[in-house]
Amino acid sequence: MEELSKEEKKKKRKNKEFVFTRESLKKKFRLSEFLAEKVISSVAFLSIAVIVLIFIFVFRETLPIFQTKDSQKASTEQIPTSTNSTGGELKQESYGGTETAEPASNAPLKQETYGSTGSETPASGGEKQEQYGVVTDSNLAAMETSMPEVHDTARESMASQYNENQSALRTLASKDWQPVSDRPRYGLLPLILGTLKLTLIAILFAAPIAIMAALYSSTFAPKWARETIKPVIELLAGFPSVVIGFFALMVMATLFQDLFGYASRLNSFVGGIALSLAAIPIIYTITEDALNAIPNTYREASLALGATKWQTAYNVVLPAATPGIFAAVLLGVGRVFGETMIALMATGNAAMISANPFDSIRTLSATIGAEMAEVVFGDTHYSILFLIGSLLFIFTFALNFIAEFYIKGKLMKRFQGKS
Amino acid sequence: MKEIKIVAKDLSIYYGEKVAINNMSIDIPGYKVTALIGPSGCGKSTFLRTINRMNDLIPSFRHMGEVTVDGLNIYDKDIDVVNLRKKIGMVFQRSNPFAKSIFENVAYGPRINGLKAKGQLEEIVENSLKKAAIWDEVKDRLHDSALGLSGGQQQRLCIARTLAVNPEIILMDEPASALDPISTSKIEELIHQLKESYTIVIVTHNMQQAARVSDYTAFFYLGELIEMDKTKDIFTKPAKKQTEDYITGRFG
Amino acid sequence: MKKRRDIPGKIAIGLTGMSVVIIIAIIVVMFTVIIIGGKDKFTWEFLSTFPQDGMTKGGIFPAIYGTALLVIIMAIAAVPFGTITAIYLTEYASEKSVIAKIIRFAVRTLAVVPSIIFGLFGLGFFIKFVGTGIDTAFLGGNLHWGQPNILWASLTMSLLTLPVVIVSVEEAILTVPREYREASLALGATKWQTIKKVVIPGSLQGILTGTILAVGRGAGEVAPILFTGAAYYLATLPGSLSDQFMSLGYHIYIMSTQSSNVDQTMPIQFATTLVLLLLTFVLNLIAVVIRVRIRRKQYK
Repeated sequence: MEELSKEEKKKKRKNKEFVFTRESLKKKFRLSEFLAEKVISSVAFLSIAVIVLIFIFVFRETLPIFQTKDSQKASTEQIPTSTNSTGGELKQESYGGTETAEPASNAPLKQETYGSTGSETPASGGEKQEQYGVVTDSNLAAMETSMPEVHDTARESMASQYNENQSALRTLASKDWQPVSDRPRYGLLPLILGTLKLTLIAILFAAPIAIMAALYSSTFAPKWARETIKPVIELLAGFPSVVIGFFALMVMATLFQDLFGYASRLNSFVGGIALSLAAIPIIYTITEDALNAIPNTYREASLALGATKWQTAYNVVLPAATPGIFAAVLLGVGRVFGETMIALMATGNAAMISANPFDSIRTLSATIGAEMAEVVFGDTHYSILFLIGSLLFIFTFALNFIAEFYIKGKLMKRFQGKS
Repeated sequence: MKEIKIVAKDLSIYYGEKVAINNMSIDIPGYKVTALIGPSGCGKSTFLRTINRMNDLIPSFRHMGEVTVDGLNIYDKDIDVVNLRKKIGMVFQRSNPFAKSIFENVAYGPRINGLKAKGQLEEIVENSLKKAAIWDEVKDRLHDSALGLSGGQQQRLCIARTLAVNPEIILMDEPASALDPISTSKIEELIHQLKESYTIVIVTHNMQQAARVSDYTAFFYLGELIEMDKTKDIFTKPAKKQTEDYITGRFG
Repeated sequence: MKKRRDIPGKIAIGLTGMSVVIIIAIIVVMFTVIIIGGKDKFTWEFLSTFPQDGMTKGGIFPAIYGTALLVIIMAIAAVPFGTITAIYLTEYASEKSVIAKIIRFAVRTLAVVPSIIFGLFGLGFFIKFVGTGIDTAFLGGNLHWGQPNILWASLTMSLLTLPVVIVSVEEAILTVPREYREASLALGATKWQTIKKVVIPGSLQGILTGTILAVGRGAGEVAPILFTGAAYYLATLPGSLSDQFMSLGYHIYIMSTQSSNVDQTMPIQFATTLVLLLLTFVLNLIAVVIRVRIRRKQYK
């Protein structure tokens, strides 16, 4: 290649001479480039869209109870959807409770498929019906004694969705959650209070332990220990909540009952401890990050003044990380508040108002989880469950919003020396 | 007679509020090696990255004035940056071969230009590696990972990769700063060979290197061009005091 | 100089250290109890056969199959979307862009929205809006898609796991050295070519980690599929996207709370829990190992 003659090189140059011309470097439209950018940007919007859609569609299903004029629509909607719930052969199980609502106009084909699966799992279906009936009876009894006065006028027109919705709305603030009865009452109070009680127990247990563990691994632990502790605790975050719920139901509940000797085996205490297992990894991880985010100069300054590791941690590191720890606890609250399976399996699911931690409770999320499968699509109970969902969503959204912006702003200020 | 290839006229460059280059004009001749020297932060690398518009990647980058190549303003709205960069290749300070085979590294450029024919690709790869004086060392392991090469070999591979796109101008940003003396001399030798067919602009910290490889030398200081002349003149009888101080090692 | 006795410090280290011990002890106890409870039933036969006698005997094959199918469809939906979002956030959006900030906020919100809300959303959006819409528009109102099935359950789950994928992939993309991008662009590659040929190949491990973590999460979650497609018992495996399915997590829930004879089926429940726990544990462990390797690469 060295042997290219001068002539050849000249020639090569000549060919290249006109490379930088307006024509050769004219801006090109590249379709793939354009498409890639557009597709990527639009897909990235999906996350925003999902948040918005969640809000819209969860809220949309609650709308019927707020509709005063459109009552007609709501009741017509109920017919096709109740057909839905028994039409498919596979759905027989989870919607077994709506069996009685099936209109006679059902297509013969569907009747047939329904019949064939019905015989396959008779035991479980019957079992469920039975349970259902028991609940209804007790609810009826409770209702008769506690509050007869609210419904006296509206009761006559049971068929009218409008009236039902109206009365449903009026019962929202009551103290009874009795959705399955002749006179359903949708008092959210016991659910909200139950959820709060459960959250309180869980956080009271999870927060100190998780924060202290984070303090240990970020401040006191030798390097090798830190590198082991973090992934191990993060493994707990990978435990499916149904596994934790199962463990609480089968092992913890019995153990605690033996230890404390309380009456109901499943209660908010058991649920709270179980839920704290779900909250610990979250609080731990975020607290640890917050502690590690403290600039080392802070620590060094304190240590250089002769403070011990503990004094440094207590006087310098912890105060500087407070907003981060607060955010960690908030997100832990969000996790506990919305957790369904553990609450469903370990708290006993009795909607009662009580300050005793050893009483059963029923949480908002567990109510959705337990009852959604048994409601008639489109009826009041269904909408109320979606209303609970909207509340949960708004609550966690707000928590996250606070954790995200308020606390980040504070942290920023602090580290920029403005506080 | 020298033909002027790259011209910067009243060029100022800002990163946000920070001035990186302050109202500078320079003429860079074609088919020669021009060395840009000066203390760190003097704007020489910034200027180099302006020539192939790599600075566009930095969001806070702004410029005033113009840069022309063959009389064409490369910051013109109509200019296609992608095609421009094909014609103005760049070799970086840290050798940066992709985590692919040697062959794939060199074939990367032609491939993204849509060349698929295996025979042609092989030919280009071989020629480029030969031009970069690394063919003999790698011809038996073209399909091994490029990351297994030594630092000096990696840098020559990067030069080969640049040559494979058939550029007109090659910008080198301290190409030998991380290399041992033997590898450095190989790179310098290579630059000598390449200037026959390419216009080369090289940024270097090393004044001996500038003296060895370049035909022209430009001295930058604090975002300004202090002086530019034939290399042998700059190093023997610099016109400005600052230049003299720098090359005699009194600062920088 | 005499060493100072630091009593509050000792107490603090003791207390905080004990917290760590408590947490780790809980993890170990949970594992041990579930392993002991489930190990006798944990046989190949249990894994490969159908439940029998009203689920009081037999295996859990359909639940394993359903869970696998669920996470596969979920991953097919979540991984590309998550990866593309991560690419947008790292490669296309500028750091100061408001849109990028909103997207990041949305992603983090998605990560903390209770899983039951996803279930409600799946019911309200996929089943009642999209599904019923398809039925009305194309099937003349015949009920087919407007009911719970594995497709809607998987899509619901994919929204839940989307943030997991996004975060993992983003982290991995950031480890692709800037020098690679510059080299590619300096060779005249376009942005998209650079992403396709340099950035994505360089973050494959991260995409893999994200996928594994998402699968682990999706396999364990029950709330989102409670009313979007999971079934108590099915005599046949799901054969099409519009079928319902059995899932390990739902199986555990149902068996332990709704079964007619909880005590008799205890070994089955423990073994099923063991299967699910092992599955998610192994997946998480793999993800952690890959992640550590990525981080090492970054600091090298």
